[in-house]
Amino acid sequence: MKKLLKYMDGYKVQCVLGPIFKALEAIFELFIPLVVKNIIDVGIANSDKPYILKMVGLLVVLAVVGLSSTLVAQYFAARAACGFSAKLRSALFSHTQSLSYSELDTLGTSSLITRMTSDVNQVQNGVNMFLRLFSRSPFIVFGAMIMAARIDPKVTWIFAATIILLLIVVFSIMAITVPLHKKVQKKLEKTVLLTRENLAGVRVVRALSRENEEEANYNSYNSAMTKALNRAGKVSAIMNPLTYAIVNIGIIVLIWNGALSVEAGLISQGAVIALYNYMSQILIELVKLANLIVTVTKALASASRIENTLEEKNSLVYGNEEIKNGTVEFKNVSLKYKNGGEPAVSGISFCAYKGETIGIIGGTGSGKSTIVNMISRFYDASEGKILLDGKDIKDFSKESLREKIGVVPQRSVLFRGTVAQNMRMGAHGVSDEDILSGLKTAQAYDFIAERGGLEADVEGAGKNFSGGQKQRLCIARALIKKPEILILDDSTSALDFATDANLRKAIRELENSPTLFIVSQRAASVMYADKIIVLDRGEPVGMGTHKELLENCEVYKEIYYSQFRKEKEAAI
Amino acid sequence: MKNKKMSGKSSFRTLAKTLRYAKHRKVQIAFAALFAIISTASTLYIPILIGKAIDCILETGVDFSSLADYFLQTAVFTGTAALCQWLMNVFINSAAYGIVESIRKDAMHKIQHLPLSHIDTHPHGDIVSRVTADVEQVCEGLVIGALQFFTGAVTIVGTLLIMLTINWIITLAVVVITPVSLVVANVIAKKTYSMFSQSTRIRGEQTALIDEAIGEQKTVQALGTEENFKERFETLNEDLRKSSQVAVFASSLVNPATRFVNSLVYAAVALTGGLVAISPGGSAITAGILSSLLAYANQYTKPFNEISGVIAELQNAIACASRVFEFLEEKEEESDSTLPELGESKGNIRFDNVSFSYEPERPLIENFFLDVKEGEHIAIVGPTGAGKSTLINLLIRFYDVTGGALCVDGSNIAEVTRKSLRSNYGMVLQDTWLRQGTVRDNIALGSPGASDKEITEAAKKARADHFIRKLSAGYDTVIGPGGATLSQGQAQLICIARVILQNPKILILDEATSSIDTRTEMKISSAMDEMMAGKTSFIVAHRLSTIQNADKILVMNNGSIVESGKHEELLQKGGFYSELYMSQFAI
Repeated sequence: MKKLLKYMDGYKVQCVLGPIFKALEAIFELFIPLVVKNIIDVGIANSDKPYILKMVGLLVVLAVVGLSSTLVAQYFAARAACGFSAKLRSALFSHTQSLSYSELDTLGTSSLITRMTSDVNQVQNGVNMFLRLFSRSPFIVFGAMIMAARIDPKVTWIFAATIILLLIVVFSIMAITVPLHKKVQKKLEKTVLLTRENLAGVRVVRALSRENEEEANYNSYNSAMTKALNRAGKVSAIMNPLTYAIVNIGIIVLIWNGALSVEAGLISQGAVIALYNYMSQILIELVKLANLIVTVTKALASASRIENTLEEKNSLVYGNEEIKNGTVEFKNVSLKYKNGGEPAVSGISFCAYKGETIGIIGGTGSGKSTIVNMISRFYDASEGKILLDGKDIKDFSKESLREKIGVVPQRSVLFRGTVAQNMRMGAHGVSDEDILSGLKTAQAYDFIAERGGLEADVEGAGKNFSGGQKQRLCIARALIKKPEILILDDSTSALDFATDANLRKAIRELENSPTLFIVSQRAASVMYADKIIVLDRGEPVGMGTHKELLENCEVYKEIYYSQFRKEKEAAI
Repeated sequence: MKNKKMSGKSSFRTLAKTLRYAKHRKVQIAFAALFAIISTASTLYIPILIGKAIDCILETGVDFSSLADYFLQTAVFTGTAALCQWLMNVFINSAAYGIVESIRKDAMHKIQHLPLSHIDTHPHGDIVSRVTADVEQVCEGLVIGALQFFTGAVTIVGTLLIMLTINWIITLAVVVITPVSLVVANVIAKKTYSMFSQSTRIRGEQTALIDEAIGEQKTVQALGTEENFKERFETLNEDLRKSSQVAVFASSLVNPATRFVNSLVYAAVALTGGLVAISPGGSAITAGILSSLLAYANQYTKPFNEISGVIAELQNAIACASRVFEFLEEKEEESDSTLPELGESKGNIRFDNVSFSYEPERPLIENFFLDVKEGEHIAIVGPTGAGKSTLINLLIRFYDVTGGALCVDGSNIAEVTRKSLRSNYGMVLQDTWLRQGTVRDNIALGSPGASDKEITEAAKKARADHFIRKLSAGYDTVIGPGGATLSQGQAQLICIARVILQNPKILILDEATSSIDTRTEMKISSAMDEMMAGKTSFIVAHRLSTIQNADKILVMNNGSIVESGKHEELLQKGGFYSELYMSQFAI
């Protein structure tokens, strides 16, 4: 939480004033039993009607003043809490955007989203409640004790003992229930998992006629959860009755002592009533305090998660060079991911000259994407050197890398908006003509024209386009900025073979002739490349043209003939 | 919470549905009510006792023996109240958790019996959140609601009765002023509602943006378009700050406002009590009685106060309950328990003038005829959206034909039970569905009661035995979320072993190898051949190389079959199929 406090800058005044006004409210509330005491001891005892009226008037004034200070306190609390959380969200958002792929992998996007939404909300709630209540409860509890001591110093120990006992009860019940609730949470997660499993696997479940077994399995976890819930419930349900009983016993002891003092002529009857009222106030306040502690604990947990996220630093440092040519050279490059044991790729060396087409082929998990991700410097090589235009990739500016390297990742991502907005995402201020020619090259012009052109709607995640259409739009988006290096990372897998072939032909005919990297599992997609790199389990097992590889690379041969069976038979 | 405000009528209907579940928990609820009455009554009686005790303390002398007597009673009632309060809580919890368990149970039953069209067209996340998060809210609402209802009602009635017996004038003052707090709370709630819905809306927009920007962070960075998102984010963030500040402040008004009203009630009791006490003949009111009255005034206003505090939560619970019931009331597949069983099929299948569409206004498959003989292998190819998977959906009755008939061994599949039909099929899908559990359990998923030997046999035939033995615990290795991870190819081999063990007459391979690279595919192809030998098989494939050996290839486009025949025939014909095939060698 400490490191997050700097986001509270600018709200310091509110943070101080809020609790002060809250404390004022508490003080005014503490006067009420005293006033009632006076009504009884002075007003009723002397049958003094004007005095009673005056005192009741004072009660109303106390209520009004109390209400006003509450409102002021809560306004400050709301301002500080919302301002703080807005700053926190903004910091998190900027921070996340500055992270490199490597950190994004470690943190995981879904957990980043949770940090930014639900965790920040928790913190906001916590700050708000803290500012509103935290100064109040101790004031009331100890204030009531002090006021009571002023009436009769001898009762202080009764108050002290009751308060300590209550605190012990509240905290020990919390200490017992927290682990019980964690168990419930675990069981809940299992039922969520089962629900997901059953929805995702609905076809298999029905094909295997396992509906009843699945239900029975779910129900066994379901009732286990109910049992765990009941167990936790039984313990937490002790809190209120027990605190109630303790306070009542405290009251009995209190009044008994009061009776002794009255008998000795030390205090009045009204004073006994006042003492009784103070004891009741303590009970109400402690229950509130327990709720506050729960909220604050949750907020602190969220705060520490946010802190951890903000502490994650971007490991990449950029230089000032700009890409002019588009030559790419790898010198004995290896990459080991942060959490992975084995290196994802190792011993990669090749050189791609301007305008060449390089094919990268291999099975799932063979490290194809890893290689191209290093060209865009999404990851840094763990060993070896990567050169662009003959210079170390680390000397280039981030802007130039993004601008001059067009990447089309495996998963095609489109954003909510229009086609034009999506197309301009990588390249600000390009003309409509440029976009249209990009769409044409990417074989996307026809279906976009059918939908009404560049202003056609794109729904969230592009779900109003088919897989193949999305891939082509993503390729167009990368083409529009006229990159020096273009990387197609298995981004034509949903295209039929004919469209795929037309696309490759159109790219090769581009005027600026980018250096082209094609990552694929299909031999057909890479077989016309100037150079094909064959990967198997992270290691290069062959490099050369289609013809050369068919002669001397066993893995390539296997891949090729698994897709072109007939030719093999013909060759035999 | 739902943005739309629910009408009173529909919330009442939702409440009634929830209460229907309560019927089976009558005993617990009755006990909860009983203990609520005892505990509340005892709680209410205690201020009387303490008032009387205080009256024993007179400056002229203290009656210690009566005092002791009253305190003994106070202790007994305190014990009773505390014990009964605990018991009440336990019974309320048990009833509420029980109701929630039944609701979840029904929800899972619903999932198993919904038509697939519902599951296919509704986001799974939405269904999961209804069954878990929403039900959770309902549970919380039930507990809070029941507590408030039981204790609140008894408290209000009890305090009124007691106050009346003590002094009706003061009681009247209390009764008149208290509803003011409800009115105040209501007015504030209404006023803050629009502010809240505004900040909820902005929050929703911001969450959507965060979801998009952070969820696709890698793409955003690859495109170098971070600034674009940052700008949009900041605008929304500032809007959210302003609107939530107003909403948070406004919502925090309810409690102080009602407490203010309570203070007024308190002052009113002090005033009337004091005046009555000093009026001639007002000796009926002693200091002790006044103190009890003040305590009761506090007690009496508490339920109102608490209800205004949890009203948002209750509204939320009702909104959630209506979402839950909406799901529970979805129409299920028609029951087929009265239909005859199909029996063991030979594997002859006929599509007789079948038509089908997902949406009535967009016909997909029309006048479809196909005759498949026992043991034939049928491959279905065509571009995405051509209707390949649709044929499979019809075959296994995930969807029902909208016209014509589909017959297995001459019996219309709509006229036999789904279970008996499906037990004749074995399916291997693109998504290898493995569940959290051991390898053994996963293989035996479709054949409960299979012996270990049979399981090992099947795994051997599927060429999976070798790698399974290499896993940390062999066949007892736990796979799935949190367990060992398998490669795509290995997972698919386990699914194949599952089908081999089932030994069905008809096989369906829906893009079974499309997420596996072709080299791995080659390596498992012998397992596939083993599985398919002698079985009527339907193979949907994206890759042409995998279906060249089929007895018949159906080439689909736009929902109908445009060509059919053997691989060589189709190539010679030079139509759509050969166009697809030849594009592999183009340029």
